[in-house]
Amino acid sequence: MPEPETNGGFVARWKALPVDSVPKTLFVAITLCLFCSMIVAAAAVALRPVQEANKLRDKQLNILQVAGLYEPGINVAEAFKAFEPRVVDLETGTFTDRFDAASFDDRAAASDPDLSQPLTDDPAGIGRQGRYQVVYLLNDAQGDLERIILPIHGYGLWSTLWGFIALGPDGNEIYGLQFYDQAETPGLGAEVDNPRWKALWHGKKLRDEDGALQINVSKGAPNAAMAPYHVDALAGATLTSRGVDNLVRFWMGEAGFAPFLENLKTGAV
Amino acid sequence: MAETRRSYLVDPLVDNNPITLQVLGICSALAVTSSLKVAFVMALAVTLVTAFSSMFISMLRNQIPSSIRIIVQMVIIASLVIVVDQFLKAFLFDISKTLSVFVGLIITNCIVMGRAEAFAMKNPPIDSFVDGIGNGMGYGLILMMVGVVRELFGSGSLFGITIFQTVNNGGWYVPNGLLLLPPSAFFIIGLFIWAFRTWKPEQVEERDFKIQTAEAH
Repeated sequence: MPEPETNGGFVARWKALPVDSVPKTLFVAITLCLFCSMIVAAAAVALRPVQEANKLRDKQLNILQVAGLYEPGINVAEAFKAFEPRVVDLETGTFTDRFDAASFDDRAAASDPDLSQPLTDDPAGIGRQGRYQVVYLLNDAQGDLERIILPIHGYGLWSTLWGFIALGPDGNEIYGLQFYDQAETPGLGAEVDNPRWKALWHGKKLRDEDGALQINVSKGAPNAAMAPYHVDALAGATLTSRGVDNLVRFWMGEAGFAPFLENLKTGAV
Repeated sequence: MAETRRSYLVDPLVDNNPITLQVLGICSALAVTSSLKVAFVMALAVTLVTAFSSMFISMLRNQIPSSIRIIVQMVIIASLVIVVDQFLKAFLFDISKTLSVFVGLIITNCIVMGRAEAFAMKNPPIDSFVDGIGNGMGYGLILMMVGVVRELFGSGSLFGITIFQTVNNGGWYVPNGLLLLPPSAFFIIGLFIWAFRTWKPEQVEERDFKIQTAEAH
C-alpha cells in the first residue's frame, strides 16, 4: 500500500521526516491502521450476505439430509420450502408464536439468560438449555404430518455435537440422525458422520409400548426384545458414543421434547 | 537478475525449504494435513498471504520506523489473513468449516513473519513477492507430501477419492488411526527431514556441542 507520491506537499512532508523520529512513527502507525481497518471492514461487510447464505444453506441441507429428502444436485432452498418451521416452548410442550420461526436462532438463544436456564441434571453436558427450539415439520401431499425434525445437541469427548433427529409422525420411530457441527476425533468419534453408522438409527424406536424411554447407544448386541431400541456404539469411540447416548436420551426425555411429542400425538397442539 | 529471481522461487522448494530446513510452520503442518483437500487450500492461503504481505512490507520498507516494524508487519499480515478468511467463508464454505481456526492462525505462522523480517525488509517488492510465492510453495510441497501419507493410510483415500476401501465402509483396509491425529505428522515430517538430509548432506547442521570421548580409567 504505497502512499501517494506528492499531494500538495502534505504527504511528501511526512514522507521526508526521518524514519525513526517520533512523529513519523505515530504517522506510520495511524495511517497503516486506518488503511488496514478499511480493507478488513470492506471485505467483511461486502462478503457478509454470501456468508450468511452459505450458513443458511448448510443448515437447510442438513435438515433435508436427516429427513431423507436430499439428492445430489437438487435446489436446496427450493426443496426446503416443503418444511414448516415452528418454535416450540419446551416448558409447555406447545408451539409458540413469540418468535418468527424462520429467523429465530435457537442456537444463540441457548446461551441467552432470558431465553434459557441452567441445568442441574445435565446428562448432555450443555450447561444451559434453551427454552425455545425450532422444529421442522414435513407434511405429505394430503397435509398429514409425515416427519418431525428436532434439533439436539450435547457434549461428546472434545466438542459439543450439534445435530438433528428426524422422527416419524408417531413421534416414536426414528427416521434419521445427523450432526452438522462436531469436532470429535477423526477416524474414531468423528465416525458419527459415517453414513453406515447413521443408517443404524433408521427404524429404531424411542419408547417401548409402556412409554418408557428405551433408546440407547451401547456396545454389543442386546437381546431380541431390546433390539428395536438399540444402536451399536462406534468402535473405538466409547466417550463419543456415550455422549450421543446421553444427548439423545436427554432431548427425547421429559426435560427435552417428550411433552411436545406427547401433545403432538394426542392432538393437543 | 532473472537468475536470482528464479532461485528465490525454486530454492525454498528443496534446498532452503521452510519446513524441512528452517523447521518453521510446523504447528499448522500438524493440524491441516489429515486430508489433502484441506492441506491444499491451506497451502494456497499461506502462499498468497506470504507473497502479498512480503510485497506490501517491501514497498513500505524505507518508511517503517524500526521501533514498530514488527507491529507494522503484523498489521499487514493480519489484515491479509482476515481478508483470505472472509473469502474462504464466502466461496469455499465446506473447506473453511474444516480449516476453522487455522486460517486465522496463519497470522502466527513463522514462515510469513520470517520472510517479512528476513527478506522483505531488505529487498525490492517484486523480489519479495517471488520469494513469498517460493516459500509458500515450499511449505505447500511438504504439506502435500505429508497429506498424501496421512490421508492414504489414515482414511484410505486421496483428495476424498477412495483408494483403499476401509473396513468401516465394508472394505478390507483397516485404517491407521494414529495418522489422523496431529502427532503423526511429527513422525512423518521427521522422516522427510531425514530423507532430505540424506539426499542433500549439506543441509545437515553442525553440532553445537561435540560429545567428548570418555577417558579410560
